[in-house]
Amino acid sequence: MAVVSLTRVCKRFGALEVLRDVSLDVEGGSVVVVIGRSGSGKSTMLRCINGLEPIDAGEIVVNGRALTRDERALRQLRQEVGFVFQSFNLFPHLTVEHNITIGLTVVKKMPLPQAKEIAARVLGKVGLSEKLESYADELSGGQQQRVAIARCLALSPKVMLFDEVTSALDPELKGEVLKVIEELAREGMTMILVTHEMQFARSVADEIVFMHEGRVWERGAPDRIFTAPTTPELRQFVASTL
Amino acid sequence: MGGIRYFTWNDVIYLVEATRWTLLLSAIAFVGGGVVGALVTLARISRLRAMRWFAIGYVEVLQGTPLLMQLFLWFFLITLFIPIKLPATLVAAIALTLNASSFATEIWRGSIEAIARTQWEAAASIGMSRLQQIRHIIAPQAMRIALAPTVGLLVIVIKGTALTALIGFVEVTRAGQLVSGVTFQPLLTFSVVAAIYLALCLPLSTLSQYLEEKLHGGRKPHAGV
Repeated sequence: MAVVSLTRVCKRFGALEVLRDVSLDVEGGSVVVVIGRSGSGKSTMLRCINGLEPIDAGEIVVNGRALTRDERALRQLRQEVGFVFQSFNLFPHLTVEHNITIGLTVVKKMPLPQAKEIAARVLGKVGLSEKLESYADELSGGQQQRVAIARCLALSPKVMLFDEVTSALDPELKGEVLKVIEELAREGMTMILVTHEMQFARSVADEIVFMHEGRVWERGAPDRIFTAPTTPELRQFVASTL
Repeated sequence: MGGIRYFTWNDVIYLVEATRWTLLLSAIAFVGGGVVGALVTLARISRLRAMRWFAIGYVEVLQGTPLLMQLFLWFFLITLFIPIKLPATLVAAIALTLNASSFATEIWRGSIEAIARTQWEAAASIGMSRLQQIRHIIAPQAMRIALAPTVGLLVIVIKGTALTALIGFVEVTRAGQLVSGVTFQPLLTFSVVAAIYLALCLPLSTLSQYLEEKLHGGRKPHAGV
């Protein structure tokens, strides 16, 4: 069953049509990687899926529930949809541990000791157990991004959205973040990733979606997309990224 | 005090004693202005357009007119509509509270706007409601930024209380008028009054500057790129 399902989604910023009739189904346990040029609508699509951007037309269904503008429903949905940002967006005034527990204690009303146990577990998962008491500005970019991933994991999401999560990182720090994502993929986490890391996309994806001018232009298995693109736009894009 | 006499230490003591009314009024205006200002700030950043416009209008009216005029207006408005004679203290407290709240709103709005929009988004993305976002994520960070200018506001509030002398509230400036009236030593009297204000305000402005430097030299208000 599809965990995330977009049907003819349209999104405009003023006169600019960012998403045009985008339809996409993401099956539970699968990894979908979205590629395309800057401005092709990849990030906007991702932001629409957890309601950070309201859509103008179409329907988005997550986990069997249609996305609405209703605040309460949206908050419920966001606990099930993890979002990892390009710029990490850790809360700088809180320790790493507190960054992770705050969603549990404030949103899920979980008792603090229980939340701390979860924080320790998810931090171990991203390999940062020793950074419990650190603040964001004491961590490298790669470490911050892994904490951000842990912050999402703590809420036990049904699906995770990754918005160019290595784009702000120095090349030598990308690897540690990608490794964490690969590990999640192995464990069967449903994920949608927007990325410019083509090698990574090819190795981790079950399906690749190529977006162009706000549309799903071409989609398919990674090998087919990279070796036998059918549209000239994708062919050109693949060639430009080699 | 009656009759002409010399300026003595007793006058200095009288002025210092009158300072407690300056302090009391400042405290009321600052705390009250803080509470009202916090509410108006919430309205100012509300997603409801009507609330925002109300807050903008509120701030513009209070900042676009002289405090002295506001004092007179409240004074006559209240005496006109409330038959019992209200003490000048109450009128002064109302006028100064509202005036201070408008400045607090502007300081805090600016501090909140200085927090990256992505912080709101990150908080929303883990399922926080708007109020939870403000309380747990935005306000604590904004407070750091607001601290120095808020202490600066206290200085403005203290100096603002001097105007209440004109509606008959006996704080240190009014006390100075009374003393100079009987001693005919206005220069000396108001020098003492000025020294008292300086003693109150100088430590605060110094603190405000210290906090500002500490903030800019210390931990960055937000991480990331």
